Amino acid sequence: MTRISWCNAAAVAAAILVSSGAALAQAEEPIRLGEFNSYTGFAAFTLPYRDGWTLALEEINEAGGVLGRPLEVISRDDGASPAAAIAVANELVTREGVDILFGTLLSNVGVAVSDFARQRKVLFLAAEPLTDTLAWSHGNDYTFRLRPGTYVQAAMLAEEAAKIEDAVRWVTIAPNYEYGQAAVAAFKELLKEKRPDVEFVGEQWPGQGQIDAGAAVQALEAANPDAIFNVTFSSDLARFVREGEVRGLFEGRTVASLLSGEPEWIDPLGAEAPEGWIVTGYPWYAIDTPEHDSFLKKYQERFDDYPRLGSLVGYIALHSIALAMEEAGTTEVEAVIESLRGLTVESPIGPVTYREIDQQSDMGAFVGRLTVQEGMPRMVDWRFAPGSEYLPDDERVRELQGSD
Amino acid sequence: MDLLLQQLLTGVASASGLFLVASGLTIIFGVTRIVNFAHGSLYMLGAYLAVSLIDLFGGGHLGFWGGVILAMLAVGLIGALFEITVLRRIYQAPELFQLLATFGLVLVVQDVTLLIWGPQDLLGPRAPGLTGATQIFGLRVPVYDLFLIAFAPLVLLVLWLLFNRTRWGILIRAATQDQQMVTALGVNQKWLFTGVFFLGAALAGLGGAIQLPKGDANLHMDLQLIAAVFVVVVVGGMGSILGAYLAALLISLIRVLLITNAQLTFGGIAAWQMELVSMFLVMALVLIARPWGLLGRREVASDQRSGTPEPRLRPADATLRIAGGLLLVVLLGLPWIVGSYFLSVATEALIFVLFAASLQFLMGVGGIISFGHAAYFGLGAYGVGLAVRHWGMSMEVALLAAPLLAGVGALVFGWFCVRLSGVYLAMLTLAFAQIAWSIAFQWIDLTGGDNGIIGIWPPDWASSVTNFYYLAGAICVIGLLCLRHLAFSPFGYTLRAGRDSPLRADALGIDVRQHRWFAFVLAGVFAGIAGGLFAYLKGSVSPETLSISLSIDALVMVLLGGVQTLTGPIFGGALYSVLKNELISLTNYWRSILGLIIVLLVVLFPQGLAGAAESLRGRLGTSR
Repeated sequence: MTRISWCNAAAVAAAILVSSGAALAQAEEPIRLGEFNSYTGFAAFTLPYRDGWTLALEEINEAGGVLGRPLEVISRDDGASPAAAIAVANELVTREGVDILFGTLLSNVGVAVSDFARQRKVLFLAAEPLTDTLAWSHGNDYTFRLRPGTYVQAAMLAEEAAKIEDAVRWVTIAPNYEYGQAAVAAFKELLKEKRPDVEFVGEQWPGQGQIDAGAAVQALEAANPDAIFNVTFSSDLARFVREGEVRGLFEGRTVASLLSGEPEWIDPLGAEAPEGWIVTGYPWYAIDTPEHDSFLKKYQERFDDYPRLGSLVGYIALHSIALAMEEAGTTEVEAVIESLRGLTVESPIGPVTYREIDQQSDMGAFVGRLTVQEGMPRMVDWRFAPGSEYLPDDERVRELQGSD
Repeated sequence: MDLLLQQLLTGVASASGLFLVASGLTIIFGVTRIVNFAHGSLYMLGAYLAVSLIDLFGGGHLGFWGGVILAMLAVGLIGALFEITVLRRIYQAPELFQLLATFGLVLVVQDVTLLIWGPQDLLGPRAPGLTGATQIFGLRVPVYDLFLIAFAPLVLLVLWLLFNRTRWGILIRAATQDQQMVTALGVNQKWLFTGVFFLGAALAGLGGAIQLPKGDANLHMDLQLIAAVFVVVVVGGMGSILGAYLAALLISLIRVLLITNAQLTFGGIAAWQMELVSMFLVMALVLIARPWGLLGRREVASDQRSGTPEPRLRPADATLRIAGGLLLVVLLGLPWIVGSYFLSVATEALIFVLFAASLQFLMGVGGIISFGHAAYFGLGAYGVGLAVRHWGMSMEVALLAAPLLAGVGALVFGWFCVRLSGVYLAMLTLAFAQIAWSIAFQWIDLTGGDNGIIGIWPPDWASSVTNFYYLAGAICVIGLLCLRHLAFSPFGYTLRAGRDSPLRADALGIDVRQHRWFAFVLAGVFAGIAGGLFAYLKGSVSPETLSISLSIDALVMVLLGGVQTLTGPIFGGALYSVLKNELISLTNYWRSILGLIIVLLVVLFPQGLAGAAESLRGRLGTSR
């Protein structure tokens, strides 16, 4: 309790007071969960995520906690590196005595922690990492993953891309590591399946954060493509967009771009956001369902800011764990794991189910086109693509799980 | 042909940006001999300040350029302030010690920037009037690229005039050649150095501001740039501004060539796979051919070294033996004293102590500075990882693969490195570390790429925290004693002779180079052992075990403890590793707190912790 951040401490304290059947609730020992993410290393994505689970935590405790006990989240920075994250995970498990962990953003951190969870027999809900090895080749019984992975998001874009008749010659640009490579491989495979006439005529693999955008744009242009598949993000994306616009790379060409509709990546571009790109993302400003309205309203009131995709992920992650414990009727790890398998959680974007076969959630994503409205990037013509329609079937999953 | 021209223009434009930042670093190093790790942080501050100032001034020609210039000046002032408050106190410290202070600054600036400007990337404002593209031979070339192409040589010219046609510049050049003589002539060297720091920092800030129209200000730009800038400075020859420009051109053009021909393969390696590592390859090749960079001046092999002379190493006396014995007893009893969490922290600390000790052996005893010592730590970790993943070896056997692979790596890399000296040597070690990193990062079938190799856990008998603590602790303590023994063996004495006086050692018939090479291999072997244990502690291996940041951690541990004492790494390694572990679980501001602690320790104990302890002992001894 001494090490919890003041903000959380205050939140928990407030929740305890509010939920008062007071004497009883205060006597109850809180349920402690461990949480860690790259708060210093990748603040742009993780701070909204923290706001997301903070909101969920307050909701849960206001509603009387879990199993009649208040919930407490012990939050840490994961150092944005596998070794540091393992040290933090170990600290949470050994010193703080938690046996349920959630969080992480970077794929290599997620993979290392999932193996730690298997070794130490603790539950780990990988909230944000995109790598599919978490669910498949390196998957294990102790690890669940919430966010739709690389394969699913690439599949959504491949489906849209296939509809564009005159996009035959494609080039790709993706960061030079597992995420970029897996995204390009999946996109190529799935697009070729639907459109055997498509050919890939060039590829660029800039180092993450190291793009030489001018040279990359030139090289893509030289291949004279009809269409471009982009996986770069963050400041690489900003540079790529700027050079591409100046040099006319995007004129008359189709661009499909992974994650570029997510506010955390596209909003920094402001009015310079590229128009017409096909993207996966999160149009928080336009989702008109009672569930999402209520989430949006609460979020904006609480933080005086709009939600990013990370906020949604953090919010759903904590609610998932709380519900799993509630359903299990206990906080005992094996029972919570059992309960989380196949569990369906109501979320602001509809029900989310953790599949039994690979412990991957079927959380979906929004697919649409980018435009600029009132100086801000916005997605239009979007639709919600449920994850269940794009996740590989059981047979394929078993194949992938067997591979390494 | 047209395409070639376009590539050329793009390459020269990116070279210009690189040069601006590198020129500041080369000036600072040339005059003050300070390896300024914080140069990337100054570059980042320049970008952020310019975004805010331009926003404040509301754009337009005046707003944009006014913002850029003010940001440049502000960063110059920050640099000067840092020089006056911190660096000025530690010019008399041993060589490289100032690097620690600049590393502390890096950590502080990261947190401060996040605090002031928030987490989101800030898109750079465009330069008014220089936004579009123009047609050259029917090709679209961004106007801003043309501006950069012209601007860099202009800066080069101004700097040349400053150094060759003004009194200040002449004094600076004199100080570069012989600091003592300049002081003796009555020049106030303090303000000269402050001026140099102001200029160098301002150039870094300018570099950050001027790249805004092509990109953004973000929280990663400091560390993303710093390696490239060091490479440019070293390839050009440290202290040579024109050299930096040529080096920036060389590196950028080769990079553009690789990007344009991304799909071309040589011997199974695609050009795009070379892109990340290309500048380090260039640096390795240049340094092997020209040990002082393109235009660097050959440093006279002398027996003079900057900073205070180091105390002589002495074998342990009774006090030290008793202290060592006590420490050993505490280590043996630790599982009864602390809980299992702190025991795992202690295990990690012991591993880092061995790692730091291996670097201290190289630096303190051998006189060889390494900026890439993580290479051997990482090779050790990968030795274990590969043995487990590909041959299913048990821990007892796999742990032997660690020193083996690290030793072989050190044998090969060391052969090239010991031909150089000083910072050039250090940068060559960095180049090899980056080459090793890029192989681990990209040879996915073998190493698992960036996700690394997982599932490396100790067998049942060693898997409990206590047992693994004893196992790793025993190996580390034995390793430390071996290194200590080596330092006082005839080999160690010969090595120190070569360190203190290469000329005299040579005259005595000692093959200094060969001794240094062996020292390199030995240091690599012990770093490898530490790396192997680290793999089992973490259960996984990833390219970060080979990364620059781990090499820097090792340097920090050694410098913090004190380079010239064999007990230094024990203090430095344990303190840094425990502090980092504790702070990270205590607060999200762990970086700035760690940075401030480092700066404070640097100012208080310029001889390192062990050095301070020893001089305290000396004082107590005489007063008795």
